Amino acid sequence: MAGIPHDHYEPKSATEKWLHSRLPIAALIYDTIMIPTPKNLNWMWIWGIVLTFCLVMQIVTGIVLVMHYTPHADMAFASVEHIMRNVNGGHMLRYIHQNGAMLFFAAVYLHIFRGLYYGSYKAPREVTWIIGMLIYLAMMATAFMGYVLPWGQMSFWGATVITGLFGAIPGIGPTLQEWLLGGPAVDNATLTRFFSLHYLLPFVILGLVIVHIWAFHTTGNNNPTGVEVRRASKAEAAKDTLPFWPYFVIKDLFALAVILAIFFAIVGFMPNFLGHPDNYIEANPLVTPAHIVPEWYFLPFYAILRAFTADVWVVQLVNFVTFGIIDAKFFGVLAMFGSILVLALVPWLDTSSVRSGRYRPMFKWWFWLFVVNFVVLTWAGGRPAEGIYATISLIGSAYWFAYFLVILPLLGVLEKPLPQPATIEEDFYAHYGSAAHGGAAPQATPAE
Amino acid sequence: MIRKLTLAAAAALALTSGGAEAAGGEGREITNYSFSFEGPFGRFDTNQLQRGLQVYTEVCSACHGLRYVPIRTLADPGGPQLPADQVRAYAAQFEIEDPATGDFRPRTPTDHFPGSSLENAPDLSLMAKARVGFEGPYGLALRPLFMGIGGPEYIASLLTHYTGEDKFEAGSMFYENTAFPGRWIAMAPPLSDGQVEFADGSPNDVEAMAQDVAAFLMWAAEPKMMARKQTGFTAVLILTLLSVLLYLTNKRLWAPVKARARQA
Repeated sequence: MAGIPHDHYEPKSATEKWLHSRLPIAALIYDTIMIPTPKNLNWMWIWGIVLTFCLVMQIVTGIVLVMHYTPHADMAFASVEHIMRNVNGGHMLRYIHQNGAMLFFAAVYLHIFRGLYYGSYKAPREVTWIIGMLIYLAMMATAFMGYVLPWGQMSFWGATVITGLFGAIPGIGPTLQEWLLGGPAVDNATLTRFFSLHYLLPFVILGLVIVHIWAFHTTGNNNPTGVEVRRASKAEAAKDTLPFWPYFVIKDLFALAVILAIFFAIVGFMPNFLGHPDNYIEANPLVTPAHIVPEWYFLPFYAILRAFTADVWVVQLVNFVTFGIIDAKFFGVLAMFGSILVLALVPWLDTSSVRSGRYRPMFKWWFWLFVVNFVVLTWAGGRPAEGIYATISLIGSAYWFAYFLVILPLLGVLEKPLPQPATIEEDFYAHYGSAAHGGAAPQATPAE
Repeated sequence: MIRKLTLAAAAALALTSGGAEAAGGEGREITNYSFSFEGPFGRFDTNQLQRGLQVYTEVCSACHGLRYVPIRTLADPGGPQLPADQVRAYAAQFEIEDPATGDFRPRTPTDHFPGSSLENAPDLSLMAKARVGFEGPYGLALRPLFMGIGGPEYIASLLTHYTGEDKFEAGSMFYENTAFPGRWIAMAPPLSDGQVEFADGSPNDVEAMAQDVAAFLMWAAEPKMMARKQTGFTAVLILTLLSVLLYLTNKRLWAPVKARARQA
């Protein structure tokens, strides 16, 4: 299936031939596992395996949790306590599932930033990128609905705030919000439909992941140089690549084991550190928490949502031009969804013909500023939206859009890229060849 | 440079240990009590949990409840570990309306603790996880990282940090408490020195009782804490070993590839 020439599965025994002529499943597995992979991949290419593992871990723990959970507004909170106290190993299942969602998001952000730095979204990998963005959207929907299920205070009020975003749409908003909630406010109907969708969406994600893998197995992996694998002949391709099994599987499993050691230290010793204490209080529609904050992985977008208040001139201008249809609230909602939209459209916004950020001297700076900005927005999103935090959120949001809509399109024209290696083999040899002589090679940056 | 390092070390020390006075964040005063169950190997102190249960039963339960805690768990290993007959006797002192008959009967160990009897008194089952002792600074979560989230510290501080001032406002009494967000709490100081007599003669001043009941409420909120830490430690140990083995496997696997690159 890959465009890179390589050995294919040949059925040998009579049984293999019998099966192969009816269902070539062995060939499919062989070609997937043995895909030629650029030999210069660095440690930022491990997140795919980590993410796949997270998805499986979440589905497996989730299925067992469902056996003990009761999706009803009067019983959900108590049933989670039942899991924590009475179910064998239930406390571990629940904490793994809860912190597993956080590992999932940490890994997906690193995976996305990897793609942004090395230009993995550029032709011919736009479809891989778009499928990835759909996975990310489905992940956000799944995580949001999953957070509602324990029916704590933050579950309830988070659901109220987030569904309120849809209520801000002019005209159809209130009707849409009521349709989403199954009533005028968050209640049992909301809980049961969120539960249903929280069980469904992971399997949608699983399907999308298969398409994601299919897409990049067709184009081949990107790599830190952004230079394509030579594919004129099998021998030439073999100089640039190694089969995924065992070289990258073992490497990725090593990284996964290290990450899981850290993960289990958090689950074992501080499972509530990244959660919110208010979610240990049962949902109460009559008491609003002092600060409603989503889980940390939504905070950058929450900061963008809250940044555009009615006193920002852009908001006032848009409000005036649209005859008040787009007010501050709806503007914030548009900004939040827009921030993900521009991220999804980056294959067409980045005009540079050079893929890897390694050979883009100006891009590097803007990229790292974008990473810092992401961290700052995460922090600002968790603070009360007032004073200096509102200003920081606004500047951060402005940079987010400027990065995609101004900086990336302009850089392609203004920047003079550095020379790139002719082949992946050359990059690999330059790296390990010079290391053997004990010299400090300028390109010796394995974990860039 | 050395001066900078010393300053940083002093700051770190102040964050971790020096919380003895105050520094809860957000202007509250939370004492950083050291509990036996802190840290990766921390364990509940059975005697302290039994004392805490006694304080809870004689004082707190007059208004508050523990509706999510099954009474039978008082006998569980790692908990207060009451003998079975004591658990039965403990359960029998509370009544419950039997859903099958509609009549009141004494509780059995499989029933839960009663809920709050006073409408405005929050249930305490999860209080040690539902409150924050240490936060910040500036939303960076450094204090909770080094000192813990501080639920039990908050509870113990709340019980000891009454200033003695009170005020009558909007038809209710409020008492000044430096650990409480907003400083004025509707709960009158519940503990006084010597209020509860412990069978083993343990200290029963307000400080000691507050810590005992805070420890008990931490157990009530997270009865599987010790099992969790043990599982976590085993998992980290096995995964670290696995990491080492996979590192060596990976190194060996790639060695010929890298050697070929060196010769090129």
